[in-house]
Amino acid sequence: MEPNNPHRYRRACLNLVLSLLAVWFFVSLGCGVLFREWLDANAPNVGTAPFGFWMAQQGSIICFVLILVVYAWRMNSLDRKFGYSEED
Amino acid sequence: MTQDQLNFVFIGITFALYIVIAIRSRASSTKEYYTAGGGVSPLANGLATAADWMSAATFISMAGTVAISGYDGARFLMGWTGGFVLLTVLMVPYLRKFGKATVPDFIGDRYYSKLARAVAVVCAIFICMTYIMGQMRGVGVVFSQLFGISISAGVIVGAAIVFFYAGLGGMKGITYTQVAQYCVMSFAYTIPAVFIAMALTGNVIPQVGLIGNYTAGGAEAVPFLEKLNNINTELGFKEYTSGKLSTLNMFCITAALMCGTAGLPHVIVRFFTVKDVKSVRKSACWTLLFIAVIYLTAPTIGAFSRVNLIEKLHNTPYTEAPSWLQEFESTGQMAWVDKNGDGKIQYFGPGKSEAGSNSVFQGKKPNYPEITAPDQQKVGIHGERLLANKADDSNPNELWFGTDIMVMANPSMAGLPMWVIALLMAGCIAAALSTAAGLLLVLSTSISHDLMKNIIKPDLSDKEEVMYARIASFASLAVAAFFGINPPSAFIAKTVAFAFGLAASSFFPTLLMGIFSKRVNKPGAIAGMISGISFTLGYILYFQFWGGTPDQYLFGITPEGIGCLGMLLNFIVTFIVSAVTPAPPQSVQDMVESIHIPSGAGDASH
Repeated sequence: MEPNNPHRYRRACLNLVLSLLAVWFFVSLGCGVLFREWLDANAPNVGTAPFGFWMAQQGSIICFVLILVVYAWRMNSLDRKFGYSEED
Repeated sequence: MTQDQLNFVFIGITFALYIVIAIRSRASSTKEYYTAGGGVSPLANGLATAADWMSAATFISMAGTVAISGYDGARFLMGWTGGFVLLTVLMVPYLRKFGKATVPDFIGDRYYSKLARAVAVVCAIFICMTYIMGQMRGVGVVFSQLFGISISAGVIVGAAIVFFYAGLGGMKGITYTQVAQYCVMSFAYTIPAVFIAMALTGNVIPQVGLIGNYTAGGAEAVPFLEKLNNINTELGFKEYTSGKLSTLNMFCITAALMCGTAGLPHVIVRFFTVKDVKSVRKSACWTLLFIAVIYLTAPTIGAFSRVNLIEKLHNTPYTEAPSWLQEFESTGQMAWVDKNGDGKIQYFGPGKSEAGSNSVFQGKKPNYPEITAPDQQKVGIHGERLLANKADDSNPNELWFGTDIMVMANPSMAGLPMWVIALLMAGCIAAALSTAAGLLLVLSTSISHDLMKNIIKPDLSDKEEVMYARIASFASLAVAAFFGINPPSAFIAKTVAFAFGLAASSFFPTLLMGIFSKRVNKPGAIAGMISGISFTLGYILYFQFWGGTPDQYLFGITPEGIGCLGMLLNFIVTFIVSAVTPAPPQSVQDMVESIHIPSGAGDASH
């Protein structure tokens, strides 16, 4: 427990959010748009679908759900660690 | 029982269900009216938000857009789900902690200014209006299909129903009704996809079928997407998995949709209905999971229905074509012009002509001869419905259809049982109703609460406030219905994309900086919002209404994607203006500090 240290808490939250957003950008705008053509040509197919195409239409959405699950889990445990949790 | 009767039975049953729920959970106070009293469980809120999210545009138009544009359709898939991630990690927990029920409330307090609040209200009204327009169009498509009437008449019938429905129960009623609507929608969407996946690919799970092999017709198994690519290129379309948007344009549109999503007022309000920040996070997980069920199915429906459509119609004599073709002709959503006079339907892409177009007729949409015209002007020699438009003989394509019909026609194309089609109809209506009701509530609140009570006439009584809300929702529905009949763009999804562009260029940067920066101040925010939204709106109006041509596009970015630049403009203007004007007062800086601490969020107030 590190109760009520708002600055460290804010920094921890911000780090978490920024790293999740980096993943978010990479899987969607990165794999699905910017590097799509390269991935279609060079990465292994997903089933019979080209990788970049699959990321754009299916993979990115699956990753988004995982990102939110990680976010909820990590944030709730940060709240507990810093004593902001309300469940009691 | 005929198809029509079955449709009415299904829709009747679901309507009865919604009304019973709405009446049982009727709001008993103004707080319950606006935020459902703040005591909804994360799971129920997740279901309701997902229903709110899945508008008629998503439900009807998205799969159709994917079917037409292949890879390019991913901009909507990624844009709307990715935006939800932004919304959840950057906005909602902080706004929830701040505790006011509307976005203009936050902007008004954070930027300590009535003017900022007023600008925010105007932006909110613009965004919601554009969005509802898309919904009304969707409702129109469904009702026109249902009653066999024109889309215009369908829009008017739909508007009347939405008006009575939205007035029923306030936020609490809407929330619980939406839970039921999500269930109807998700079944209606996935069941046809499962049937078709089994028919075309032999897989029960459509998502597996999409990346599996095409096995229909007893032919040798080929990868499904390869089959689709071949079909497309043979007919003169781009490869299905490649798309034709430039990478920059695709990037801008996707980014604008994502950020616009994060600035949508009616979704942010949803999270005021749960009790604390922790539940907000859980609720967001549920919401995205439920949304993903439908979003992962949409591209499979798009791909399957494209194969079906082409296999069923291309090179088929009109007299042997399936009966749904005539049904869609009679409602003006499909048209066949026998250019080469061989009595067969030919469907070709832009690659088959030197003109680089595949338009079937001259003009943007089909026009039909007057009802009083003699029969030989209305019915062709093969029994097809004739158009008043002149044929476009620069290319061989003979088949025109609106993208919005893809989902609706899908079960008929695949020859599915009647009850599946009836379920789909009920799902479409659920989608349109749930979103339109949520939007109307936000819109009328924006006008009555934020505009009338907080800005124009502070001594407004509760009774008058409710009256203004009623008038506002009636007026906005009327405007929305008008634009639903005369849509600014042919596809529902595109119309809605404009709303997101506007939200991205106005709310997103202002909210984001308001939450994460203590330095951004009143003049900066106002200047940023005004420059962002006017730049974006101007660009859209110029190219949609005032005759701008594609070669004038800035960096080749279409109006759908311009919100991305508008957003950057907003960021830059806000930043520069804030830097040269004094910092906000200490009380506001303390407020920014406090919204980052999750505990003690308390109840949402209004």
